[in-house]
Amino acid sequence: MNIAVCVKQIPDPAAPGRLDPNTFNLVREGKLVMDDSDSYGVEMALQLVDRAGGGEVTLISMAPNGETSGLRTALAMGAAKAVLVSDPALGGSDALSTAKVLAAAILRNPFDMVITATESTDGYTGTVPVQIAEILGLPAVSFAKKVTLDGNKAMIERQSESGYDEVACELPAVVSVTAGVVEPRYPSFKGIMAAKSKPIETLSLSDLGLSADQVGAAGAREAIVSLRKAEARQAGQIIEDDGEAFAKIIEYLEQLKVV
Amino acid sequence: MDFELSQEQESFRKVVADFAESEIRPYVAKWDEEKIFPLDVVKKMGEMGLFGLIFPEEYGGSGADFTTLCIAIEELAKVDSSVAITLSAGVGLGASPIYHFGSDEQKATWLPKLCSGEILGAFGLTEPDGGSDAGSTTTKAEKVGEDEWLINGAKAYITNSGTEITGFIVVTADTEEGVTAFLVPYGTPGLVVEPPYRKIGWHASDTHGVVLQDVRVTSDSIVGTIGKGFAQFLATLDEGRIAIAALALGLIQGCRDESVSYAQSRHAFGGPIGRYQGVSFKCADMDVDVEVVRNLVYKAAWLRDSGRPFKREAAIAKLYSSEAAMRAAKDAVQIFGGAGYMDETPVARYYRDAKILEIGEGTSEVQRVVLSRMLGL
Ligand SMILES: Cc1cc2nc3c(=O)[nH]c(=O)nc-3n(C[C@H](O)[C@H](O)[C@H](O)COP(=O)(O)OP(=O)(O)OC[C@H]3O[C@@H](n4cnc5c(N)ncnc54)[C@H](O)[C@@H]3O)c2cc1C
Repeated sequence: MNIAVCVKQIPDPAAPGRLDPNTFNLVREGKLVMDDSDSYGVEMALQLVDRAGGGEVTLISMAPNGETSGLRTALAMGAAKAVLVSDPALGGSDALSTAKVLAAAILRNPFDMVITATESTDGYTGTVPVQIAEILGLPAVSFAKKVTLDGNKAMIERQSESGYDEVACELPAVVSVTAGVVEPRYPSFKGIMAAKSKPIETLSLSDLGLSADQVGAAGAREAIVSLRKAEARQAGQIIEDDGEAFAKIIEYLEQLKVV
Repeated sequence: MDFELSQEQESFRKVVADFAESEIRPYVAKWDEEKIFPLDVVKKMGEMGLFGLIFPEEYGGSGADFTTLCIAIEELAKVDSSVAITLSAGVGLGASPIYHFGSDEQKATWLPKLCSGEILGAFGLTEPDGGSDAGSTTTKAEKVGEDEWLINGAKAYITNSGTEITGFIVVTADTEEGVTAFLVPYGTPGLVVEPPYRKIGWHASDTHGVVLQDVRVTSDSIVGTIGKGFAQFLATLDEGRIAIAALALGLIQGCRDESVSYAQSRHAFGGPIGRYQGVSFKCADMDVDVEVVRNLVYKAAWLRDSGRPFKREAAIAKLYSSEAAMRAAKDAVQIFGGAGYMDETPVARYYRDAKILEIGEGTSEVQRVVLSRMLGL
């Protein structure tokens, strides 16, 4: 069982982020960290490979300046190797370009499944996983909350608004997993030391057979045209309990049609 | 001269800090109030390999140096001293004596389980009648057969001695040939763990008295050399002192960080209290001690890791850091005013947790005795 896991390296969410005033893109420079939402996919992949009794987890990432800090974290958790695509021409890539690049990088190694997060914590488009599937010509199962293997099939519980769907899917497939589905392990010191010498294949666009006009700002078909501050949240309504507060709360919930 | 930790050590520090932030901080007030030993968290620390950090991979360890262990203890202690001492004692008092002095068989039997955190080991040196003068052990071990020993006595204030996963206690006992260390597995008839103490602090750490009543063990439970039990434990304690200093370093940082943020947010006389020097200078002094103690801890650990003598530096680090921790905790409570006296405030917990640092693993007086002797006095 070989699994490719897409791992995004993002600016540390603990540090205040900055947007480029012209493109409105997030400024991604300096040290990046693994997107927390990808740690669930890495953990799920490690568990699936473990249960299958063999195989490898390969990380796939696209990041500026050959950045590997976030990948080392996932390698320390137990992934075997990584493919990193880094090329100045990739700056300003939109979701579709990103998917093209990741898909090409995924094809560098044999795989039975591609795992991604549902969406990244710094971009939130949530479109890359299905785009990758489309480019690779594979089935996509989104919002997976549980994945088990049955021969050459994956049995997937897919989160829906009212519960979950049970989906069976032939492999290979692209599966996007929701946060909180598994408990990502903390890397051990041994894992951190081992990660130091795990291979990270760093590729440029031409290594992938892609040209600069297909990707980056040049190839982007998506643009952020304007930006405004999110509306401040209105103060909530406070109901003093005079013994009858529950009735008012129920009435309010009924108005919202949630009960 | 190089004060830099390796990149891997820095990554590891971040992992332990994240762990403390998400697995400990949200629950620590409850553990403190209800005196809960957080077994699940200890198990997770085992899965992360924290208990096996400094032991070789053949025993399930990580082969890291002592400095790396200090990093882990420091990061845990920033958030909670109890969890930090559980690790420090688990490694320093539970596993280290087996690793340094145990037979191949003892190592093979116990170290893998200790490294994985499946079990904890306890070390019983202190007795109800004496701790500082630990050489005058009143617990007795008598040879009663070809290969059998009978142990009688009592040990006091023993860390990790009553958890669900405590696997054994190593006790020092007087024999005809001098003080000797014996490993007594839990479940051995005659080994009785007393109810937990009511402590000022370290509420989420496990401490009990242990009574040995006609406990029978065989010769292969002797740890190290007959008659050398006292010298062996002295060697163990030197490392433990650096670990306690690392714990103090974490606590002082916790006090500083809590104090600074309270000094910024609490207002009196028309402004944040941090603008009054009576408050800000206390924070500055804590910051000085963070730096001083950090240098003492990592210097001592570095000496140990490079195979050089470190007895003096370990004693200095333990002595200075524990007294600095008391100062920091006292000042932090003062900065918090009345709120600082309330148990639910973190600094109140730091205050209660700090005092033991001047007592355990050799009191401050004992450190001064060690240093005086080294000065030829
Ligand atoms: C929470 C906790 C956990 C502990 N865990 C362990 C453990 O896991 N294993 C273990 O073996 N022990 C443990 N201890 C015991 C601890 O190490 C001892 O309490 C400590 O060494 C002091 O010994 P004592 O209590 O007998 O005090 P005493 O030795 O009776 O000392 C009383 C006072 O006299 C002073 N004094 C003694 N001799 C001199 C001298 N020559 N010069 C000047 N002053 C002197 C001491 O400094 C102290 O102030 C623990 C204690 C606590 C509170």
